[in-house]
Amino acid sequence: MTPAPLPLVPPPAFRLGAFLWKLVLTPGAALSGTVAPALRAALGPHLPPAGVEAVLALLCFVAMSGFVTVTALVLTLAERKVAAFFQNRKGPNRVGPWGLLQPIADVVKLLQKEDTVPRAADRPVFLLAPFMAMAATYMVLAVLPFDRGLAVTDLDLGVLYITAVSGLGVLSILMAGWASANKYSLLGGLRSAAQIVSYELSPALVVLSVVLFSGTLSVQGIVERQAAGWNLWAMGPMGVVGMLIYLTAGTAEINRAPFDLPEAESELTAGYHTEYSGMRFSMFQLAEFMNMFVVAALTATLFLGGWQPLGPLAALHIPGYLWFFGKSGAMVFVIMWFRWTFPRVRVDQLMTLEWKILLPLSFLNLIGVALWTALGMK
Amino acid sequence: MDSPAPNRAPQAKDALKTEEYFINMGPQHPSTHGVLRLVMRLDGETVLQVVPHLGYIHRSIERMCEWDVYPQLVHFTDRMDYLSAMSTNWAYVQVVEKALGLVVPERAEYIRVMVAELNRLSSHAMWFGAYCMDLGAASAFFYGFRERELVVDLFETLCGQRLTYNYMRIGGVSKDLTEDFAPRVRDICETFKRAVDEYERLVSGNVIFRQRTEGIGILSPEKAVGYGCGGPVLRGSGVRYDLRKDDPYSVYPRLKFDVPVGSRGDCFDRYRVRLEEMRQSVRILEQALEQLPGGAWMADVKAVRPAKGEYYARLETARGDMGVYFVSQGGTKPYRMKFRTACFSNLSCLPEISVGWKIADVVSILGSLDVVIPDIDR
Repeated sequence: MTPAPLPLVPPPAFRLGAFLWKLVLTPGAALSGTVAPALRAALGPHLPPAGVEAVLALLCFVAMSGFVTVTALVLTLAERKVAAFFQNRKGPNRVGPWGLLQPIADVVKLLQKEDTVPRAADRPVFLLAPFMAMAATYMVLAVLPFDRGLAVTDLDLGVLYITAVSGLGVLSILMAGWASANKYSLLGGLRSAAQIVSYELSPALVVLSVVLFSGTLSVQGIVERQAAGWNLWAMGPMGVVGMLIYLTAGTAEINRAPFDLPEAESELTAGYHTEYSGMRFSMFQLAEFMNMFVVAALTATLFLGGWQPLGPLAALHIPGYLWFFGKSGAMVFVIMWFRWTFPRVRVDQLMTLEWKILLPLSFLNLIGVALWTALGMK
Repeated sequence: MDSPAPNRAPQAKDALKTEEYFINMGPQHPSTHGVLRLVMRLDGETVLQVVPHLGYIHRSIERMCEWDVYPQLVHFTDRMDYLSAMSTNWAYVQVVEKALGLVVPERAEYIRVMVAELNRLSSHAMWFGAYCMDLGAASAFFYGFRERELVVDLFETLCGQRLTYNYMRIGGVSKDLTEDFAPRVRDICETFKRAVDEYERLVSGNVIFRQRTEGIGILSPEKAVGYGCGGPVLRGSGVRYDLRKDDPYSVYPRLKFDVPVGSRGDCFDRYRVRLEEMRQSVRILEQALEQLPGGAWMADVKAVRPAKGEYYARLETARGDMGVYFVSQGGTKPYRMKFRTACFSNLSCLPEISVGWKIADVVSILGSLDVVIPDIDR
């Protein structure tokens, strides 16, 4: 009797190592190909299908919260370091090596602060506004493609969804501005409403031109189409113009300098968040930083190929998410660069810029892309 | 104060029922540069009326002057225009010297000219930074402060103080120049030549900066003279009037320099005049350093008891002409002391030139007037 052949199963330690290696190289495939099915199989017998999806959604939310926290911490430090770099200073350098622990110190300080609510404020609205700001940001993050297959969800109408929810941020600013019972806050809220309503238009048109060119509304699909060449040059001159319009209007949409009119420090003290303190104030800040990241990431996704490597560098097999974060980081730097070098525009000049320059330009751009696509230049 | 008629039609749409409202800018506000309070009547963002309210930092300096003997009054003048305290010091000692008929040693005169011009440099450099910050360009602030630091450090070595110098004495200056004064002044001259060019390169051509300053807050030459404005505000309106030339005092007739003037009287002209004045101050410093004689830096002053009568003398500080008037009854203390500072007159034109502009423009106009509130309130 011949002995039964030994099953060729690698030892568990090896399997764990292989999985981790896969997680590092292609996290999208590892999570959606291995982790998600395993979780579904494990939970399936105990929960109804909707319950399983709810648990998965909750896990995604927890993961995104972790991501938001880490990104916001990194960005606050980065902003202060970049500002210092432009301002001929050293920036934070006392807490931890090179000031690396400064954001944590900031958070601890903010947590200790009293949460004040003005007596005249519209209390429920006032308390809700910061959460609204965060919610709007989270919603956009849901479709952000970090890597191939690595996104909370890949909607067929992803781009449309982004255009729809990115305008929600204005609600929080309006709520904060109105509920604070402060004229400076109110002015900030009003400015923000006018600004975001206007600056929704040209980014939407630019996104539309990208959709036209790519032939898909899925964010992942748009990135996939850029394997041959990034939209920045694949779309011809319209790519460059489109990206400039998107970056400018995007900066205005998230109320960053030089378009930071809703909080214009030298005019409105702090605009819509004048009356906020402690963690509620910092949630506005957090939302601002995350919005900045979102605009940078979307610019990278729509025009710079998202997680796609740059042509010949594909041979290096650098993981896609590193490309994504590298490109987004570069765009974040550009947005910070705007902030620390430009004076602030005036409220009517802001409107002039959108309605008389950016909007006609984005229409022309859209027509150009349409012709470009129709002539088969892609 | 009567409401000046709007020089441009209010931009509220007739179809909408709108309401005017008031907003209090200050006394605690980031861009009122101290404790100035502006009550603004607004129609949306358009300013219909501005009323400055003063007195928040009134310290009865003029009254206190009646209680002390003449040599002990110098330090009060430090606390008026604290950004060009050397000039205010000088304005006071000048009138007492005139009353006494005192001849100040030549070396002291040259020292006074040099420290006053250095102070003009530091004051204008700081103004440049603060003005850019008012317009929302935070980084420029640090550039202005970088150069100002050199001057302030030099003054610290010279008289032990960085802001409130108390350096001038009736009959001369309190201490002779330090040994490293001349090389450091040469260094400052070289630095400022480079720095002013850098300011021009970084800021003057910026599109947003030009939009925020050109044609904003136009002060006609007639009005500038009518309001009794002085310094760069007057010269920005095209009036070539500088006490260093038109009512020469000290050794200024021996020094060659130009008086820059603007042509339109807008914020940008006032900005250009100040930058050009910095270049001229450097010229004056270089010549004064060449001509600096040796000898005593303090006259032999016996008792300071001006003869019965009224005395007045004036000079050009960084903000315009400053006059000091006092009445003596022959004793060791003045019977009445009155300071006339340019800041008050410069601020007085604000209600007229800011009507019809936006809130952000009021900040820009107020910044371009370069008022120091303790100099107004005294």
